[in-house]
Amino acid sequence: MSAATILVVDDEAAIRRLVRGTLTRAGYDVVEADTARAAMSALAIDKPDLVLLDLGLPDRDGLELIPLIKGKAALIVVSARDQTGEKVAALDLGADDFVTKPFDSDELLARIRTGLRHRLASEAEAEVVTVGPITIDLALRRVRRDNEEVRLTPKEYVFLAELAKHPGRVLTHRQLLRAGWGPAHDDDVEYLRVVVRSLRQKLGPEGMTLIRSELGVGYRLGG
Amino acid sequence: MTARDPDRPAPEAFLRAAAQEGLGRLKVFLGAAPGVGKTYEMLTDAAARAREGVDVVIGVVETHGRAETEALTRSFEIMPRRHTEGSVRALDEMDIDAILARRPRLVLVDELAHTNAPGSRHPKRYQDVDELLAAGIDVFSTVNVQHIESLNDVVASFTRVRVRETVPDRMLDDADIEVVDIPPDELIERLKAGKVYVPDEAARALGHFFSRTNLQALRELALRRAAQAVDAEMLGDLRARALAGTFAAGERVLVAVDAAASAPELVRAAKRLADALRAPWTALHVETERSRRLDRDSQTRLAATLALAAQLGGATATIPAANVVDGLCDFAAEARITQIVVGKSLRSWWFERRYGSVVDRLVRGIDGVAVHVLPTGKGAAQAAAPRANITRPIDYLWTLVMVACVTGIAEIVTGPRTVNSVDMMYLVPVLTAATISGLRAGLFAGVLSALAYNFFFLPPLYTFTIADPANLVTVMVLLVVAVIVSQLAARTRYQADLATSGARANAALAGFSRQLTGVTTVPELAQSICAEIARLFDVRAVMMLPKRGDLILIAAVPPGDELGAVELAAARWVADKGRPAGRGSDTLTAADWLFHPLNTGRGTIAVIGMARDDGRDPLRPESLALLTSVLDQSALALDRIQLEAEMADVAQLRERDRLRATLLASVSHDLRTPLTSIVAAANELRATAATTANTPLFDTLDSETQRLRRFVANLLDMARIEAGALNLNIVPTDLTDAVAGAVHDVRRALADHPIVLAVPPDLPLVRIDPQLFHHCLINLLDNAGKYADPGTTVTIAATRRYDGIELTVTDEGPGLPPGTEARIFDTFLRVEGSDRTKDGTGLGLAIVKGFAEAMGLTVAASTQGEPQGARFAVYFPEALLVRTPAVAAEAAE
Repeated sequence: MSAATILVVDDEAAIRRLVRGTLTRAGYDVVEADTARAAMSALAIDKPDLVLLDLGLPDRDGLELIPLIKGKAALIVVSARDQTGEKVAALDLGADDFVTKPFDSDELLARIRTGLRHRLASEAEAEVVTVGPITIDLALRRVRRDNEEVRLTPKEYVFLAELAKHPGRVLTHRQLLRAGWGPAHDDDVEYLRVVVRSLRQKLGPEGMTLIRSELGVGYRLGG
Repeated sequence: MTARDPDRPAPEAFLRAAAQEGLGRLKVFLGAAPGVGKTYEMLTDAAARAREGVDVVIGVVETHGRAETEALTRSFEIMPRRHTEGSVRALDEMDIDAILARRPRLVLVDELAHTNAPGSRHPKRYQDVDELLAAGIDVFSTVNVQHIESLNDVVASFTRVRVRETVPDRMLDDADIEVVDIPPDELIERLKAGKVYVPDEAARALGHFFSRTNLQALRELALRRAAQAVDAEMLGDLRARALAGTFAAGERVLVAVDAAASAPELVRAAKRLADALRAPWTALHVETERSRRLDRDSQTRLAATLALAAQLGGATATIPAANVVDGLCDFAAEARITQIVVGKSLRSWWFERRYGSVVDRLVRGIDGVAVHVLPTGKGAAQAAAPRANITRPIDYLWTLVMVACVTGIAEIVTGPRTVNSVDMMYLVPVLTAATISGLRAGLFAGVLSALAYNFFFLPPLYTFTIADPANLVTVMVLLVVAVIVSQLAARTRYQADLATSGARANAALAGFSRQLTGVTTVPELAQSICAEIARLFDVRAVMMLPKRGDLILIAAVPPGDELGAVELAAARWVADKGRPAGRGSDTLTAADWLFHPLNTGRGTIAVIGMARDDGRDPLRPESLALLTSVLDQSALALDRIQLEAEMADVAQLRERDRLRATLLASVSHDLRTPLTSIVAAANELRATAATTANTPLFDTLDSETQRLRRFVANLLDMARIEAGALNLNIVPTDLTDAVAGAVHDVRRALADHPIVLAVPPDLPLVRIDPQLFHHCLINLLDNAGKYADPGTTVTIAATRRYDGIELTVTDEGPGLPPGTEARIFDTFLRVEGSDRTKDGTGLGLAIVKGFAEAMGLTVAASTQGEPQGARFAVYFPEALLVRTPAVAAEAAE
C-alpha cells in the first residue's frame, strides 16, 4: 500500500512547515494549501486521503469547505481550544475529527491514523469491535467483557454501538442523541450523561477511559 | 365603566394561580368566640410543622398569661417586637422588617384583626400579614368570627356588641381555614373557671355575649364560614380548570349603592347573598346629574362604600345614566344580573308621588331579575339639593338698580296710572336677577318688583295697600317666576360648569401630553411632571427615581424640598410595592406627603410625592381620577425616555463588546499561532536531534512553552471575566467527566505528583458551563502542582452534602500563610514566604473564583492539618443539581 497523501490547509507558513516535517517523518505524503481556493484545487488534483483543515482561512470560512471535502477525503479540523461551538458545527457538518490548537505531534498523528483507518473501514464495515477488554458484536447486538456477557439496556447498547462503529473517533452529542432518541431530543445532553454513567459502571474499572468525554463536544470510544 | 367582568373566569383564575405561586400561604384558625383555644391550636400545629423541619418563628403571640400556651411558645424563636414611640401607651407591635430580614418559612401572627399602634407601617395587622405573604412567607393566624367584615353586622345584630376591628373577607378567601371548635357549654365552663382572657369589647357585655344562644349562633356562623371557604376553594379550582359553566346556574348579584350612610350595610348584605348563591357580585354606583353634585363628605362616603365592596371581593363599577333606574336596568341587562339588592328609598312621600319610587320603577323596568329591597338604617343622607348660586351683596344692589330703572321707565312711559302691561315689565329684572345672580337675588327682585308695582302703579297709588285682589295674583306670579327661573338657571349653569370643568381637565391633559412628547431627557420630564401636578392639584410635588436600591430626588416644585425620614420610608415602600402610601392613603399614613408610583409593565419606575402647605390631605377624592390620568401619561413618557436611553446604551455596549471580542480573538490568534509553531518545532527537534547532553534543554523548552501557553490562556480568561463577557453555556455535567478531563489536560504539569481521585460515580449531574469549570479545575490543579513538592499526592474529592456538592483539591504543600485564606483568590496575590520562586502570575486562583461565581458556585481556601497542605473547595449549591431519577427515567424511556 502506497503512503497516504495528506493535504494540510493552513494560512500560517510556519505551521504548515512543521506539520509537513512531522507527517513526512511519519511516512505520509504531504500537500500544502494556504487558502480555501488552493485547498479546493489541491483536493481535485492531488486526491488526498485526508485533509487537515484549519478553520481560520483568509478567503473563506473553513466551515463552508467541509461539505465540499466530505466524501472525497477524511477530514480533521484544527481549531482553538475554547471554540467548542465551532468544533461541534464542523463535526455535525461531516468532519471526522478535530485537533485542538496548539496541538502536539503525537496527538495529531494518533488522530490522523484513526481518520485514515475509518476511511478504509467505512468501505467494509466491521461486525465485531474490540476495545481493551470489551468486545462489541454489532451483528448479534451483544457486548462481552473478557468473554462475560455485559447486560445493557437498549439505550445503552445503541449508544455504545454508535461509538463502536467509529472507534477512536469523536461523535458529537447531537449525533449520539439522534441515534438513540431521535431528532426531537437534540439538546437533551443530560440523557447522554445518565446513560454514559451507567454504561461506564457496567463496563468495569476501565469504563472511565473506554468512553472518553470531549468537553462540550461529544464522546469517543477508547481514545 | 370600570367593572371587572365576573363572567370570564379562566384567564383571571390562571393569573391568580400564577400570582400565588411566589406567595406565602395563610392559614387562619377561626374561632366562634374568645377562649376557644385558637392560639393553643395554632401553636400545636406550628410545633408539628417545626418537627417536620420547617423554619418557624413567632411574630406575635398573645398568651394572656395562660401557662400551657406560654409553655408552647418556648419551643419557638420569638421575634422581638418593635417599640412604637410617640404613642401614649407603650404599644409593642410586630416588627415586619425584622421578620422579612430573618426570612423564616412560617411565621405565627396572633389576632389577625388587631389594629396597630399609630405610627406603624400599616394601620391594620392583616396588612402586615399581606406583606409577609407577598414576601413568600407562610403565615398562621387567628381570628374570631365577629371580626370578619361581612359577618360584622350579623354578629352585632344578635350580640349587640359591635367590634370595630374587622378583617376583610378576601384574607379568608385565599386562606386555609381551620375552625377551632368547642361546645358552648364547655366554653362557658372555661369562662367561669377564669380560663378565658376577655377582651375589652366583650367585657362590656360579658353576660350577654357569652350566653348559650349567642355562642351557639356564633359557632354556627364560624362553621358556615369555614364551609363556605372550602366551597370557594373548590370553585376557584373549577374556574382554574375553565369549567365556568358548572358554577351555580349563572347567578349574578348586583347591589346599587349611593352616598347614603347606610350603603355599606347594603354591600355587606349583597356579599352574604352572593356567597350563599356562590355568585359573583358587583357594587354599582349610577352617576346621575344629581349625584355628580354631591358634596365632599358624600363623595368620600361613596368612595369608601365602593372600596368596601372591593375589599369584600366584589367587582365595582360606576356608570353614568340619566337616572338611577335606567342605569340599573341597562347594567343589569348588559351584565346578565339575576339578583338586585337596593335600599328602600328614603325620599319623601311627595317625591315618590311625583316621580314614583325607584323600587317601583325598578320592579316594573326589569324582567327576570329578583329585586331585594332592604330597609336602610337611620341617618341616611339625602342627596344634596341642587346648590344655587351664592348671591353676593353687589347682586342685591344691581337688582335694586334694575327694579328702579324699570319703575322709572314705566313711570315715564305710562305716567302714574294703572296699566296692566306694566307688571310684564317687572319680569325683566326678576328673570335677569334669577338667571344671573341666583335664587336669593331673584326672590329679592320679585319682592322688590311687587312692592314697587304696588306702590307706584296699583291703586291706591303710593301706598302698599292692595285694593283689588286680582292684583295680589300679579305679585304672587312675580315671586313664583323668580323661584322657578332661578332654579332652572342654577341647574343649567351647573351643567355648563360641569362641562367646562370636564373640558378643562381634558384640555389640561391634552396640553400635558403634548408637552411630554417634546421632552427628551429624564430631568426635564421630571420637572414638567412635577410642575403640572403642582399646578393641577395646587400642591408641592416631588419626583424620585429608584436607583440601586435607593431613591434619588430628581425634581421638586417648588424647588428645594427636603423629605423627612418618615416620608422617605413611605416613598421607598411605594417604590417597592407599586402602591400609593402616605397621607390620605391606607398605608404609612403618618407621613405628611402622599406618594404615588409611576407603574409600567417593567414595574415601578418612579415615585411622585405630593404635599400641601396648609396641612390638609394632598389629594381630594374626586381628583383621584385626574391624578391617575396624569400619572399614567407621565409613566408612559418616562418609560419611553428610559427605554430610548437604554436602547442607546445597549447599542453602545454591543459595539464595545464587539470590539472587545474582536480584540480578544485576534490577540488569542496572534499569541497562539507562534506558540503552536514553537511547540511543534521543539517536538521536531527532540525527535531528530536529541542527545543526552541537550535533553535538559528540550525539557526546559517544553515546560516553558507549556507555561506560556497556560499564561496566555489565563490572560485571555481574566480579560473575559473583567469585561463581564462570559457567555455561559450551562449544561448538565458529570463531575467525573469534568475531573477526568482536567486531569488528562494537566497530566504533564503534574507528572511528578500522584493524583488520587475520590469522586463517587453516583453524584448527581450539575448544571454548569463545562468549559469554564474545566478551566477552574486546571488552575486549581496547576496551583497544587506549583506549590507542593514533587512526589506528594494531590487529591481530588467530591462529597454530597445536605445542601449541595463539595469538590475539593487538596495538596501536601506548605499550605496557605495564616490570614490569606480570604484574599488568596484576589488578582495578582501570590503567596510569599516560601523559599522557592513560584512560577505563575497569580491569575490562576482569581480566574477560579471569577468563573466559579459566574456559574453560581462558591469557592473557599483553607489549610489542612495532617498531612499539611492547602485545600481548595468548590461548592455546588443544591439548586444547580439535576435530579437524576426524573432524567434517568426519561433518558431510558
